[in-house]
Amino acid sequence: MTYAVELKSLRKSFGKTEIIRGADLAVAAGERVAIIGPNGAGKSTLFNLISGRFGATSGEILLNGQRIDGLKPFEISRLGLARSFQITNIFSRLSVFENLRCGVLWSLGYKYAFWKFLAGLDDANERAETLLRNLHLERKRDTLAMNLTYAEQRALEIGITIAGGANVVLLDEPTAGMSKSETSRFIELIRDVTTGKTLLTVEHDMGVVFGLADKIAVLVYGEVIAFDVPEAVRANPKVQEAYLGSVLADAQAAEAGH
Amino acid sequence: MEFFTISMLNGLSYGLLLFMLSSGLTLIFSMMGVLNFAHASFYMVGAYVGYSIARVAGFWPGLVIAPLVVAALGAAFEKYCLRRVHKFGHVPELLITFGLSYVMLELVQLIWGRTAVEFQPPELLRGPVFTLVNSSIDGMHLLWGAAPAAMCASADAAVRIVCSPFPATRGFMMFIALVMLVALWLMLTRTRIGLVIQSALTHPEMVESLGHNVPRVFMLVFGAGAGLAGLAGVIGGSTFVTEPSMAATVGSVIFVVVVVGGMGSLAGAFVASILIGVLQTFAVALDYSVFSALKSAGITLSAAAADHSLLKLTLAQVAPILPYLFLVLILIFRPKGLMGTREG
Amino acid sequence: MTTTSSARRFGALGPRDLIIWGVFALVLLVAPLVFSSGLAVTMLSQIGIAIVACLSFNMLLGQGGMLSFGHAVYSGLGSYVAIHALKAAGDGSFPVPVSLVPLVGGIAGLGFAVLFGFVTTKKSGTTFAMITLGIGELVFAAALMIPEFFGGEAGVSANRVVGKSASGITYGPQIQVYYLLALYTIVCTALMYAFTRTPLGRMLNAVRDNPERVEFIGYNTQRVRYISFIVAGFFAGVAGGMYALNFEIATFEVVGAGRSGLYLLFTFLGGATFFFGPIIGAVLMVVAFVLLSEFTKAWLLYLGLVFLLMVMYAPGGIASLIMMNLRVAKFGKLGRLVGWYALLGVTGFLAFCGIAAIIEMVYHLQLNESLGPVLRFMGVELNAKSAASWIGALALGGIGYGLFELTRRRFAAQWGEVQGEIAAAIRAQEGA
Repeated sequence: MTYAVELKSLRKSFGKTEIIRGADLAVAAGERVAIIGPNGAGKSTLFNLISGRFGATSGEILLNGQRIDGLKPFEISRLGLARSFQITNIFSRLSVFENLRCGVLWSLGYKYAFWKFLAGLDDANERAETLLRNLHLERKRDTLAMNLTYAEQRALEIGITIAGGANVVLLDEPTAGMSKSETSRFIELIRDVTTGKTLLTVEHDMGVVFGLADKIAVLVYGEVIAFDVPEAVRANPKVQEAYLGSVLADAQAAEAGH
Repeated sequence: MEFFTISMLNGLSYGLLLFMLSSGLTLIFSMMGVLNFAHASFYMVGAYVGYSIARVAGFWPGLVIAPLVVAALGAAFEKYCLRRVHKFGHVPELLITFGLSYVMLELVQLIWGRTAVEFQPPELLRGPVFTLVNSSIDGMHLLWGAAPAAMCASADAAVRIVCSPFPATRGFMMFIALVMLVALWLMLTRTRIGLVIQSALTHPEMVESLGHNVPRVFMLVFGAGAGLAGLAGVIGGSTFVTEPSMAATVGSVIFVVVVVGGMGSLAGAFVASILIGVLQTFAVALDYSVFSALKSAGITLSAAAADHSLLKLTLAQVAPILPYLFLVLILIFRPKGLMGTREG
Repeated sequence: MTTTSSARRFGALGPRDLIIWGVFALVLLVAPLVFSSGLAVTMLSQIGIAIVACLSFNMLLGQGGMLSFGHAVYSGLGSYVAIHALKAAGDGSFPVPVSLVPLVGGIAGLGFAVLFGFVTTKKSGTTFAMITLGIGELVFAAALMIPEFFGGEAGVSANRVVGKSASGITYGPQIQVYYLLALYTIVCTALMYAFTRTPLGRMLNAVRDNPERVEFIGYNTQRVRYISFIVAGFFAGVAGGMYALNFEIATFEVVGAGRSGLYLLFTFLGGATFFFGPIIGAVLMVVAFVLLSEFTKAWLLYLGLVFLLMVMYAPGGIASLIMMNLRVAKFGKLGRLVGWYALLGVTGFLAFCGIAAIIEMVYHLQLNESLGPVLRFMGVELNAKSAASWIGALALGGIGYGLFELTRRRFAAQWGEVQGEIAAAIRAQEGA
């Protein structure tokens, strides 16, 4: 079976420090996977490796059965994988609408065209407008991205990520820094805009994790020590020992109603 | 043989002068991420201030006071202008140093005029520090100081004697540069402020959160870098020439040095300075062209081709562009520079 | 099919934009009739050239975030190729119509941008700036080394009057050249404006704002920069060709670092963050060079100081100052600030007079020794050797600066208030 995302013995060292020490993962198409783990486990590094921001030291990364380790970020993006960033990474001096429109341009094949006008690209404009509505950012359509509130910027961040219609979406701590009410609204948003896609998200909030994910991968010291449905992961003794064995996590999970 | 030795020494001294300048530039760039476009202007101001003080109080006071004046100017600029622009990003920082270079050039021309001024080295440094006497029968001798005229001329036509003096100014340049190098190294590795600077070189925010007054350190480093440039200016201005265009001539070369050596690497700046200094000095002294090289290989070209300027160009004429050629090549094949850690 | 107002939401041009372009065309058409002296027409021609050059420079700086210290390479090489083409047209070896000579320059600029641009755009930021500096120095030095092409110190000259054309236009008189250059100016401006509304133009902006993110939405950042660099090189070459046509000569300083620096200085002064900023900068450049230099020898110094102040206090240039105040006016609050502006103007002028008097006196001592120590400054007689003049100037400068600072702080407070009110008004609008 061809997995949407597959990691085989992935390793990454920065100088002498090995951050990812042989990570194995196989995510089927359409699955929603939450990656959890203690701080410093290497979750963001994993995303950086998959999306091509860093090169792997050894091991394989496959996207829909095709090897993507060693490819440049834009090559990987063109193959249908998109990612968001933990620290908001948007186009600060463009308006919200322009941000989204930039995100759709390549996927619609407009490439480096300087002989067509943006105003005339009906499909791009429609897609950007649809995205704008889905993200509930219509009111801020022409506001410069740097003038948005934090939560709006996070929404825009996700918007740019999914704008290109990628089938595999990586979200790096999408709800970082949000209040409780903002978080629950945001989770609804994420669920809406990623229906039918393969989703990998790094999260710390257990409520989000248990509410959003079909499966959970636990990353500890650069290795995936468990990858299973939430209930199984909670019961896993290795995981309990490394990460979930805390009153706080239990309480958050209980709140989420599991 | 003596040609090689003297040229080598000249090249080394020029390279060390370049290093005096590029070390300050590298320090400023490494710490603050600002490529100081006005660095060569500090060099120029040092020369002119040194000249003015020398006229009033003598060369040696000038050598001490001028760098301090320039350092103060640099620190003041950092505090009142550069700091304000820091929050706008790297491009505005580069722009403000660019603007400063313009203003300093105009001010220098305003105060001292548009033509070169006679900045003489002091009495002590006017002669050669040693002279190489190469006689075709006796071999090579080294004579301290100047060789008497009698030694350099040979009555006998069969005996060829060549006297090559090595100017004291150049020797002094090397001496000061080496002293400065050692002092810099000692300060960075042995003192506490040096430790702070070293860490702020790569992790300024971390250093600030540890309680060190990083803005003040920046001001000190910028001022010190400017002061070093000023010191180089006093020496370079008295050895070579003191004129408004001295900033432009040496300015682009030190940028090449910094990029070739690797942005942010002092060792790289040192290697690149010596390399470029020696290369240029030799190139200027050599009169070979592609045409003459071909000729010595036995290939003669037609009259029309021989007249073509590209082939007739001697190495000496091409010498000025060698650093830039080097720059472009390095950027194509080894963009991090020889020893670079940052990519700017 | 979307309605006009809907299409405008996506960036299509509406009636207001057409009016602005119409006015621009009208101004270009009518200017030499209003300012009809020989000097004026020459200046207007130069302004046209400068507009194209500065706009092409801003494609890199303002739109792409690429700071180039060597843009004169492309306009300069365009000038050289164009002047050779003009010469060839004159002696019949290359029958290109004189009116198309700027285009030849453009193609040359494009070619060299293809050649040098690949290496140049490999890097960004400070390294990019250094590469452009290096290539600029390389070409400048080469210009003196290859006299066959560059004509050595004397440069290359040609005659733009190449014989009679069917329409009777010879391009001999300056006014004919002006209208040709004006045509090129408006066409090039329109094309460069159009570029900003294309996918590549927009992605260039994205690369400016966040070059890393661009890679994650499918675009090769270096490719975006390289292609834009080539387009900018083309228009720079056209400006160079216009220059060759106008001055009938190309000398080595057209590829020099000095010229590149001027593009930077004036584009930035005009305002790199708005499309029309460089146009303002271009006008300033020609006016400063031709007129200001007549008034005072220290004009480059004043310019440098203004540039420094701009970088510190108004990094968006004159264009941004205009736009900020237009915004305030839109909300009806400009009236409150007018008085403060007037006060700032008066106090600033006082400070300027004091400082300028000192600068002029120093220049006078420096340059005009033979004329004696007395000089006229703004209608007042100053004696460069008398303490009274110096003290007076210093006092004026000091007091003026002090007053200016006081006024500036009050103004800043007012400005802050106004901005706060505007922000509240916007929030109210959005909430509704």
